[in-house]
Amino acid sequence: MPRRDLPGILWLPAAVAVLLLALPLVALITRVPWTRAGALLAAPESLSALLLSLGTALAATAAALVLGVPLAAVLASSDRWPTPARRLLRAAVTVPLVLPPVVGGIALLLLLGRQGLVGAPLQSLTGITVPFTTPAVVLAQTFVSMPFLVLAVEGALRGADPRYGIVAASLGASRWHAFRRVTLPLVAPGLVSGAVLCFTRALGEFGATITFAGSLPGVTRTLPVAAYLGLQTSPDSAIVLALLLLAVSVVVLVSLRDRWLRVGA
Amino acid sequence: MRRRAAPAAIAALAAAALVGCASTGAGSGAGTGATAGTVSVFAAASLTDVLEELADRFEAERPGVSVVLSFGGSSGLAAQLTQGAPADVFAAASEDTMAVVADAGLLAGESVVVARNVLEIAVPPGNPAGVTGLADLARPELAIALCDESVPCGAVASRVLAAAGVQAVPDTLEQDVRAVLTKVELGEVDAGLVYRTDVLAAGGRAQGVPFPEAEEEPTDYPIAVLDRAADPELARAFARYVAEDGRSAFEEAGFAAP
Repeated sequence: MPRRDLPGILWLPAAVAVLLLALPLVALITRVPWTRAGALLAAPESLSALLLSLGTALAATAAALVLGVPLAAVLASSDRWPTPARRLLRAAVTVPLVLPPVVGGIALLLLLGRQGLVGAPLQSLTGITVPFTTPAVVLAQTFVSMPFLVLAVEGALRGADPRYGIVAASLGASRWHAFRRVTLPLVAPGLVSGAVLCFTRALGEFGATITFAGSLPGVTRTLPVAAYLGLQTSPDSAIVLALLLLAVSVVVLVSLRDRWLRVGA
Repeated sequence: MRRRAAPAAIAALAAAALVGCASTGAGSGAGTGATAGTVSVFAAASLTDVLEELADRFEAERPGVSVVLSFGGSSGLAAQLTQGAPADVFAAASEDTMAVVADAGLLAGESVVVARNVLEIAVPPGNPAGVTGLADLARPELAIALCDESVPCGAVASRVLAAAGVQAVPDTLEQDVRAVLTKVELGEVDAGLVYRTDVLAAGGRAQGVPFPEAEEEPTDYPIAVLDRAADPELARAFARYVAEDGRSAFEEAGFAAP
């Protein structure tokens, strides 16, 4: 068990790191006004923000699965591409990961806003405007969270044994059939953990949403946006909303971890 | 020897990083345990241009003195102050917000109103939707941005709209007045309710449509010295300077005299 021989000096920074990560959440929980929490949560604004958040985050995860899994498959098999093309593709996937979400929101606005590159012709041709709508929230969340799914699935695909696919092909399976029935089940744990990560990231999305989709109760005001606004006048309701977000994320992570994530680990 | 030095350096770095995080997380950071010559000011976002100019002049007249300004939504700043954020002077965009800080017992003395602002409709250059008055905000086909009611500009907007009997149909309720203005400047909304001074500050990127109902609900900007001021003498001097010598700067920016 070589891991037992950890140099002692690592313990101090590791302990500081744990405190740094855990103490803010402890502080949040100690400040929850438990006696009024029920009433604050049952307020129509809280409920509509919760429902909107769950619905949009689910839709964003679905969009990320439909679009992101094929992208992950392309990325995983892009090694023989010319280097510039491969690097561009990888940058397109990873830049949203490191971009401040507010910048993502501005970029979405400049693309799909009423004066945007695509938004302006879209509006003049079809009359459709995207910003300030619920689909805009889903778009913002997908932009920010899909890369998490893509990278998780790509990693799983690269780790999967290619011989299963080859055997399937030798037995007469079409490429599509082999991908669907052999490769995807092989990477299921990676797929699920990627989808969970994507969902929780979409649930917490704030910057791109408030910039691109705005903030209107029931339409675009998701839980994080409501929590931020709540802080302006009623810190108690902000704390309760934050607790709600924390609870949903923890429940999702814990319930799926036991079923799936340990398989992948 | 080297092998020992490295981990110690890492630990020291981690500790330094923590301390750094702590001080920026508190709000303004600078001006905390201030030296005698520093005034730390928390101020409403709509005062940005005027206070920057006044601070420069104040510093020029008093060599060695430095004014550290932090701008933000008044309500958010008030919340930071009641949570213990360090500042010497607070300038708010509404009496209500100042009252939050006063009720928490954080003021040294009374607040003084230094300027007055009124709402104006901001539209993109050329006014593409032909907005002429408050009633246009009820046109469902227009994209409208307002401040959320939880911040002062939104509270004033809802009072003005209610008094005029206009049922506005906003497409978004923003967290501060500058966010509303940005949506207008980008052409994403046809109209937004902002302060007159914001329209002026936008230069050519937005156009103002004044409306008479706004005069009924002016916004007052109070300034006050906080009781935790590191150098109360200097903090009072700056607050007085803003109130007395700042008049022309406020007028240039579009504020009215209180």
